[in-house]
Amino acid sequence: MKGTEIIVKALIEEGVDTLFGYPGGQAIDIFDALYDQDQIEVILPRHEQALIHAADGYARSTGKVGVCLVTSGPGATNLVTGIATANYDSVPLVCITGQVPLGLMGNDAFQEVDIVGITNSICKYAVTVRTREELPKILKEAFYIARTGRPGPVVVDIPKDIQQAMGSEEYPTEVSIRGYKPNDSVHVGQIKKACTLLKRAKKPLFLLGGGVNIAGANEVMLKLAEYTQIPVITTIMGKGSIPTTHDLYLGNIGIHGSYAANHAVSECDVLFSIGTRFNDRITGKISEFAKHAKIIHIDADSASISKNIVVDIPIVADAKLAIEKLLEYVSPSKAEKWLEQVTEWKKANPINMDKYEGLTPEKVIRYINENIKHPIVATDVGQNQLWTTQYLELESNHQFLTSGGLGTMGYGFPAAIGAQIGNPDKTVIAISGDGGMQMNIQEFATAVALELPLILIVFNNGYLGNVRQWQELFFNKRYSSTCLTYRKSCQKDCMNRDKCCPKYIPDFVKLAESYEAYGIRITKEEEIAKAFAYAQEHKNAPTLIECVIEREANVFPMVPTGKTLDDMIMDC
Amino acid sequence: MEIKKRCISLYVENRIGVLAKISGLLSGKSYNLDTLTVGETEDPTVSRMTIGMTMDDVTFEQVIKQLNRCVVVIKVIDFTEVPIHKKELLYIKVSSCSEKDKAEVFRLAKVFSLDIIDYDRNHIIVQCVKTEDANNDMIALFNKTFINRVEVVRGGSVAIEAVSTQER
Repeated sequence: MKGTEIIVKALIEEGVDTLFGYPGGQAIDIFDALYDQDQIEVILPRHEQALIHAADGYARSTGKVGVCLVTSGPGATNLVTGIATANYDSVPLVCITGQVPLGLMGNDAFQEVDIVGITNSICKYAVTVRTREELPKILKEAFYIARTGRPGPVVVDIPKDIQQAMGSEEYPTEVSIRGYKPNDSVHVGQIKKACTLLKRAKKPLFLLGGGVNIAGANEVMLKLAEYTQIPVITTIMGKGSIPTTHDLYLGNIGIHGSYAANHAVSECDVLFSIGTRFNDRITGKISEFAKHAKIIHIDADSASISKNIVVDIPIVADAKLAIEKLLEYVSPSKAEKWLEQVTEWKKANPINMDKYEGLTPEKVIRYINENIKHPIVATDVGQNQLWTTQYLELESNHQFLTSGGLGTMGYGFPAAIGAQIGNPDKTVIAISGDGGMQMNIQEFATAVALELPLILIVFNNGYLGNVRQWQELFFNKRYSSTCLTYRKSCQKDCMNRDKCCPKYIPDFVKLAESYEAYGIRITKEEEIAKAFAYAQEHKNAPTLIECVIEREANVFPMVPTGKTLDDMIMDC
Repeated sequence: MEIKKRCISLYVENRIGVLAKISGLLSGKSYNLDTLTVGETEDPTVSRMTIGMTMDDVTFEQVIKQLNRCVVVIKVIDFTEVPIHKKELLYIKVSSCSEKDKAEVFRLAKVFSLDIIDYDRNHIIVQCVKTEDANNDMIALFNKTFINRVEVVRGGSVAIEAVSTQER
């Protein structure tokens, strides 16, 4: 059997039904082998970066491994940002890259790069296949490594001559990697210790990260929260761990977190954290973070424990297994007063954009909450993402796709494409800004070709709004390189923003139409329903809804860099 | 937090790119290495690295965790507090040697148990297998004795767990 045939066999054996591929000289043989089979649908995005984001969106929204297939050199390097994105957010991907033949490797051949060397520090595992014999084993291991433990992207670089070489048809059924043994047990002693600490707590708090969603621990987590009656806060990756409309849920913590969540973490006496890395976006000033609390931390990745925040009770385990074990030993909390207090904070300090009139992101997102059942929402990065994390209601996992760790602009649209492919029956919405939307705009072609009924929301304020907000607040309104209506003939330090600015380019509606997609521009609150109705009438192609919003609307509350979490600029 | 010298022994897959992976992992996280040696073991599919570094407890714990999560790392052993044998190979070449200089080198070799492994009319090469600290002393001594005529190359330490001895 040829190398390419065992690759296709491996994909089928691993249950792959969708593959995101872009052909080229060193991958052409694999594409040829894919041509004859009909078990795997091959998707052709229009750029490899969008390709991997689509695979990522597919993986996050389905829980399956996303598969990328690209050629060597530029095909491979165009994956780099997407690999790092998936790595940060623990998304299982297998990225197969074609490589020049073994004999040419190291000779600076046409389209040769050392993609393993390039990606080593941004993926879970990267390997070059060096013999035909080891090819099936390496593919088996790649899928296993990608999906187990703390999931992540795996790069498998396959030289062209190995793709063509004949060899065994055997695909292994078992995996044994001496350097990789994911933890599949829970240390009961530590669980008991954690329960004792919780029992004594007067102000206990759950902090849930992306690990809960990834482990699919949502149901057991809800059970745990309801049984113990301990309030819950999440990171943005952990949002949806329990339904966001639940009484025990206080909101996200972090630099754009809710008042109640940030104050709760600053005042709690036991912080029970599950599946979070304590990234600097959530801790604020690190020496003051959860200062009064003993910290319990469950994580699948031992390296995430005590990396940023020193914890008192570390538990290395899969979130779901650990929570199930906890349910055996835990008792209800008696901290009713604390629960009353945090609930009071939540009621008294809701997040809103009431200071802005007319059409606001809040109103658009609330429209989604009220009118679209169980949507999948992908965001781009920037204000659009932060508003979505603040206002979007979620019921569970696999529902919210956002580049949390790397913060990759251009992620939202292609991720939504991947999600729609994996979930043909659900409403998939991408929320972007006008900046990020342009970073992978070519994917209209993919979405139209595949007849995907995506809804693309573009909050257009004519700025790279998040950076502009920082410039407004901390750089004396010096809007350096953030105005997207700027033209050469503009005054560099123009002071009459909004008044005589040049026309925004591109015209998103016309652009959508040029791809044979649908487009509608709205400027008023009253038009929101009409725009969604328009989108829902057109199911054979995506609809872009351009929401022209207040140019200098800000995301509040906000914790400035270096400040403690409870030192927030509220302004709402 | 105490900053001190650490030593770890690392079993890794003996494959192309593994050394780059390990050194890249450590440099990417801004961990500074003092020494790193690597060589094949009794099992040709496995290489063993000896890594020396100077850092505090928290950073060191993170290093160990990062190495452990690496797929190509088979086993990490912390040698910091266990009895080990640890030596470093050092070559010193002295040039422009007079007869008097040669006699001095032979004398040094005798006193400090060094091996003279090669010489010609003008040169002499000394081999020294000692601890890093002892080798530092030897280099200082030769530098002082044969000013600007010394060429030094050293290999980085290798370490193995002791069997009967307790001395570190």
